[in-house]
Amino acid sequence: MDVQVALRDVTRSFDTVDGPKLHALGPLSLDLRKGEFFSVVGPSGCGKSTLLEIIAGLSPVTAGEVSFEGGAVRGEVPEGIGVVFQEDASFPWLSVRDNIAFGLRRRGMTTGDVRQRVDRALSLVGLRDFANAYPAQLSGGMRQRVCMARTLVLEPRLILLDEPFGALDQQTRLLMGDEVLALWRATGATVLLITHSLDEAALLSDRVGVMSARPGRFLDIIETNWPRERDSRLASEVDFGKVTSRLWLLLRDESMKSMGKAAPSTVSA
Amino acid sequence: MKLATKIRLAAIVAFLVAVELLCRTALISRFTLIPPSEMATGLARILWAGKTNGEIATTLSGIAMAAACSIAVGFLLGAVLHSWPRARASLDPLLATYYSIPIFVFYPLFIVFFGMNRTPIVVIGFLFAVVAMMTNTLNGLDRVPRVLLKTARVLRLRRARTTLLIVLPSAAPHIFGGAKLAIAYSFVGVLGAEFILSSTGVGYQIAFAFNNFDNVQMYSLILFVVIVVATVNSALFAWERALLQRRGQW
Ligand SMILES: Nc1ncnc2c1ncn2[C@@H]1O[C@H](COP(=O)(O)OP(=O)(O)OP(=O)(O)O)[C@@H](O)[C@H]1O
Ligand SMILES: [Mg+2]
Repeated sequence: MDVQVALRDVTRSFDTVDGPKLHALGPLSLDLRKGEFFSVVGPSGCGKSTLLEIIAGLSPVTAGEVSFEGGAVRGEVPEGIGVVFQEDASFPWLSVRDNIAFGLRRRGMTTGDVRQRVDRALSLVGLRDFANAYPAQLSGGMRQRVCMARTLVLEPRLILLDEPFGALDQQTRLLMGDEVLALWRATGATVLLITHSLDEAALLSDRVGVMSARPGRFLDIIETNWPRERDSRLASEVDFGKVTSRLWLLLRDESMKSMGKAAPSTVSA
Repeated sequence: MKLATKIRLAAIVAFLVAVELLCRTALISRFTLIPPSEMATGLARILWAGKTNGEIATTLSGIAMAAACSIAVGFLLGAVLHSWPRARASLDPLLATYYSIPIFVFYPLFIVFFGMNRTPIVVIGFLFAVVAMMTNTLNGLDRVPRVLLKTARVLRLRRARTTLLIVLPSAAPHIFGGAKLAIAYSFVGVLGAEFILSSTGVGYQIAFAFNNFDNVQMYSLILFVVIVVATVNSALFAWERALLQRRGQW
């Protein structure tokens, strides 16, 4: 299998105003295979968003190397990468339609083509009735879907998603997950999804990377061996339960660590 | 019409009627205040006679000039300082205390520099306004969310495009607010300078009427200034509201 993204011994520290550097991530190495669906789970503050920004070329590494499709990633975002950020990144001065069309217009596409693609993206994220609304008139989850559509419409070869369903209810989450899966199958893009939901990670992914508390490293990378043709109905299968319970066991202690608590070794009665 | 607007209008009308009655019944003497209706007819007469129209044009064009220059220069300086943190750091104390400087006292200096003409007046209006525009521009640029700048990088926009398509629209409400202030300060600076220092313009005419006990002329011109300022401001206000409303910032 082709490797699309390669991280070698990557670490990232941040300067702090007072005192020592904050060691946020690594050292870690990771190969993302072309066309795979890879999820990252880990306790809050362990460096997931930092990892994503490093892969995207938005954040420099303190040590180590990053490459995308064979070229070193350095200081700028390579062509072919799409990102949906954890924070709301919709443009408040543009309507939903213009938000989604933003990237397409910059590519000099004809108005008709733009319209067609935007319409498709609008139905994909379930915002057809809100095409002319402004982000201020939408809920947080709807705004996140605008950002999702704005990214997907450009058909990136690598899609980086940072908690894109964070503000959605469980049902909508599952449905959006199915949409992303369908899109992933149709386009052959590679997906890296950061999520807090172990179910979501287990359900959608070919592999799930489980990160330790800060400084984040991969504790383990779990292969799910799901068929490519899959959807949220997987959730009722026996193997699904096995995957999620493995994820939970790996993460329990780490999450306690990141909350500043000692992990109890036994359950008291 | 909204209830708040109705109440506001009613309050203004009630106030005017009350003042009119107080003046007419001579509870307020003519040397203190003339009835509002006389101000209005006086103003109509002055405008009709056309003797002061030249002065009015002088003043309004001076204000327009001061406002336009302060908006343009203030915006540019704000943008430059934003991308030049070191210069900004050294100028910060000046910007923070700027409005404690009584700019009027520099009038003699401006006369020496620019001569005995309208320029010193416009310069005072400009100096009054420019820093408000500058600090508002800086403020707006500071507040562009980082995630939008990251989005621009992901979309591989070049610098000029990022500025034009992301930074400026995002900072627009603050920049607009700065422009609104700059216009208001231009009025204050130019009219004030005319009133105190100059021998031209509406401000001077008001001072002249005051010194000659010509209450009708004085109050008519004051009414004129109030009407112009109120009109300009409510137009800007309505425009700003239209811009902000769809962004949910109203
Ligand atoms: N720009 C920055 N400057 C300084 N420290 C930072 C910066 N960005 C992140 N950090 C620190 O790096 C660590 C990892 O942050 P990151 O945002 O990657 O965590 P995360 O895993 O995405 O958390 P969450 O799940 O809550 O989103 C945190 O301790 C954070 O304080
Ligand atoms: Mg994060």
